[in-house]
Amino acid sequence: MKKVLILLNVLLIASSATLSAQSDSAKKAEALVIYMEVNDYVVENEACLRCHGESKYILKDESMEREITQSMCRDKIIERDDYYSMVHKSFACLDCHSYDYEVFPHAYELRLEPTFTCLDCHGYDEDYAQYHFEDIEVEFQESIHMSANPDNFTCWKCHDPHSYRTFVRDDEKSVTEAIAYNNDICLSCHSDFSRFELLTDKDEIDLLDTHSWLPNQAAHFRSVRCIECHTSLSDSVLVAHHVQTKDLAVRNCIECHSSSSILMGSLYKHQAIESRGKLGFVNAVILNEAYVIGANRNKVLSFAGVMIFLLTLGGISVHIVARIIFKK
Amino acid sequence: MSKLSYHYPLIIRIWHILNALCILLLIATGISMYYADPGRPLIEFSWAVKLHNFTGIVLSFSYLIFFFANLFTENGCYYRTKWKGIINRLIKQGMYYMFGMFKGEKKPFPITEKRKFNPLQHISYIMIMYLAVPFVIISGLGLMFPESVLKAPFGVGGILITDILHVATGFFLSLFLIIHIYVSTIGASKSANFKSIVNGYALVEEDEEEED
Ligand code: HEC
Ligand code: HEC
Ligand code: HEC
Ligand code: HEC
Ligand code: HEC
Ligand code: HEC
Ligand code: HEC
Ligand code: HEM
Repeated sequence: MKKVLILLNVLLIASSATLSAQSDSAKKAEALVIYMEVNDYVVENEACLRCHGESKYILKDESMEREITQSMCRDKIIERDDYYSMVHKSFACLDCHSYDYEVFPHAYELRLEPTFTCLDCHGYDEDYAQYHFEDIEVEFQESIHMSANPDNFTCWKCHDPHSYRTFVRDDEKSVTEAIAYNNDICLSCHSDFSRFELLTDKDEIDLLDTHSWLPNQAAHFRSVRCIECHTSLSDSVLVAHHVQTKDLAVRNCIECHSSSSILMGSLYKHQAIESRGKLGFVNAVILNEAYVIGANRNKVLSFAGVMIFLLTLGGISVHIVARIIFKK
Repeated sequence: MSKLSYHYPLIIRIWHILNALCILLLIATGISMYYADPGRPLIEFSWAVKLHNFTGIVLSFSYLIFFFANLFTENGCYYRTKWKGIINRLIKQGMYYMFGMFKGEKKPFPITEKRKFNPLQHISYIMIMYLAVPFVIISGLGLMFPESVLKAPFGVGGILITDILHVATGFFLSLFLIIHIYVSTIGASKSANFKSIVNGYALVEEDEEEED
């Protein structure tokens, strides 16, 4: 019953939107209608997003008819646009969260309840075989993050439960966009100490400082992902998850800047698989996105170059022989 | 008649040595970056990058010296040419290098005080110094400051095009260098030209009446 009422309410606002121009609440209602295309629980979710979708929320005391406005903590705010375009966009909040959250203030015990893990839903499921969740789980277990804080570091720390999307695999996303998205995940802790310190007692690490050995730092961080240097590659997994200690990080330029560039097995792996055989160039796929010195060697040009060089040397040799014979 | 004449002014000789050192270093570091490979250690990559950048900047200054020296001294005259009949003159000089010199023919364009270069030298020096070198410098600066390069002129990365052109021009400069050094051994003696570019004096013929 409550549900129908709210729905009516939403529709009412939505239709009035066409009449009364562009008021904020009308815009919001219009957006809700769009979200309904991907999610059947938009209205139910509003019961939570009324508070968690805003930067402030209102507490009412019915009997005293008093209202106060409180601010929502930044890390508990969920952007609707992000939520309804993520991989789990069709979900209700209560698919993952306990029904007891409908009560506010939320009960103390709820906070300590364990959350679902990715494997709970995706493990050993044929539909998701291409993602190799099980292999990723193993890699994650071995990663430095897991060993540093096994109790609290979960997949969700990187895969934001309310906004995670797949970029690397998405053909509509450019490699540059995927790099930015991926690196932002790492930077959400590594350049935000307030999140970093929740998981460790370590002092803040200044990334610009620890990577000062890398020239053109800005260009590199724009054109490679952190994981290119900080994970070990594996064949089955598209996105390597085995983040290693800093001693094992790639420091040797040649690992990328050569025709056997590791980027072909990591950053450009998806494209490489897609376009393998289509193009004859060495590492042709990189060509469209960035020029990696040493890695995008164009076979045709290189061959032509070597031939012209040999011809020149040949010509000179003939001339030398002639000069020796004619003693010139 | 031949005589020893002060053929290369000091500023040009200093420039030339600087230029030669720069180009040699640039070629060596450039090749070792282009053919970077774990199994084939040339110059260590990050050193190659640093050296290449540094030498590139020195070369740019060295080029400015050359450019302005030629603008304000008489040396610039040697870099202007009459384009009429150039093909014939080039063929003539080419035939001399290929056949004439072996048959003991006279040089078609002997070096005189007015004519410092023969037509082949003349054209190749103009091409190299006013096309190839400025181009390699400009494209190199573009790679050093990638934000200054047009993003994607034809849907292909601007950096990519710049880089291919830079590498290709570098390649032609290397070719020039090899030929240049080889042809320099064809002189009064095999080492005569090298001596002149160092001490400035060259054996030249008396000026003739007609100009090339
Ligand atoms: C009246 C506003 C309001 C409503 C409605 C509301 N919440 Fe909350 N919620 C809060 C506030 C404020 C906090 C942070 C303070 C706290 O933790 O109690 C919070 C915290 C949370 C937390 C974090 C608890 C933790 O571990 O720290 C979760 C999860 C949560 N809410 C889920 C929900 C869900 C799911 C719904 C809808 C069924 C919902 N909330 C509805 C205001 C609300
Ligand atoms: C796919 C499962 C899933 C869905 C759907 C989901 N959540 Fe969550 N949510 C989680 C998990 C897991 C966490 C704990 C994250 C962590 O440990 O960092 C969480 C944490 C939270 C928090 C606390 C955030 C924090 O950093 O303290 C709030 C608030 C919250 N969820 C609200 C919601 C609301 C509101 C919805 C619906 C609009 C929703 N969630 C939908 C899985 C989900
Ligand atoms: C509560 C169960 C549940 C949990 C927990 C869960 N997922 Fe999902 N996931 C699903 C379902 C169901 C879908 C399909 C959604 C759809 O098609 O709308 C899905 C879809 C996906 C997809 C897109 C698959 C595709 O082919 O479109 C990815 C990627 C994904 N999940 C990754 C994860 C990751 C990573 C985690 C852990 C951080 C996780 N999921 C946790 C149930 C879950
Ligand atoms: C340190 C951060 C981090 C942690 C921890 C993490 N992931 Fe990921 N994961 C990423 C990044 C970054 C991507 C790439 C996202 C993209 O652009 O598609 C990714 C991608 C994925 C993908 C999609 C791969 C594909 O083939 O497209 C899956 C599935 C996945 N992770 C599962 C997991 C699971 C399961 C866990 C926990 C066992 C986990 N991740 C923990 C950072 C992390
Ligand atoms: C080109 C390879 C490369 C890239 C790209 C890279 N790193 Fe690193 N990173 C390294 C190396 C090598 C070290 C070890 C530095 C040292 O020992 O001082 C390191 C060190 C670190 C450390 C540990 C610092 C410390 O002192 O404990 C962190 C954290 C880190 N990187 C995070 C990142 C993040 C986040 C990104 C992406 C924005 C990133 N790295 C990108 C190579 C890289
Ligand atoms: C949720 C927060 C969080 C995210 C997201 C995150 N990290 Fe970390 N990372 C940490 C913490 C906390 C530590 C310190 C662990 C410890 O106590 O040693 C750490 C440590 C590291 C180290 C240093 C290891 C060493 O030897 O000291 C590296 C390298 C690193 N992370 C890389 C990454 C990369 C790459 C990503 C993105 C794929 C990433 N991190 C994402 C929190 C995070
Ligand atoms: C993880 C792979 C990786 C490693 C390791 C790496 N690079 Fe790069 N580098 C790249 C990529 C990708 C680009 C292309 C940047 C672009 O143009 O977008 C690049 C570009 C460059 C550029 C040219 C930037 C420009 O302006 O176009 C230089 C110079 C460079 N790298 C030097 C180095 C040196 C020196 C090292 C070792 C200390 C190194 N790189 C290590 C991947 C790497
Ligand atoms: C180690 C490398 C080099 C050597 C040994 C060398 C040698 C010489 C010699 C012997 C001459 C005198 C020419 C002659 O009399 O025929 C000369 C002149 C010249 N060289 Fe080079 N050269 C080198 C590198 C270069 C490079 C890299 C360039 C340009 C990119 C260059 C451009 C020129 C020019 C333009 C002249 C004419 C000088 C003038 O203006 O009077 N040389 N060089």
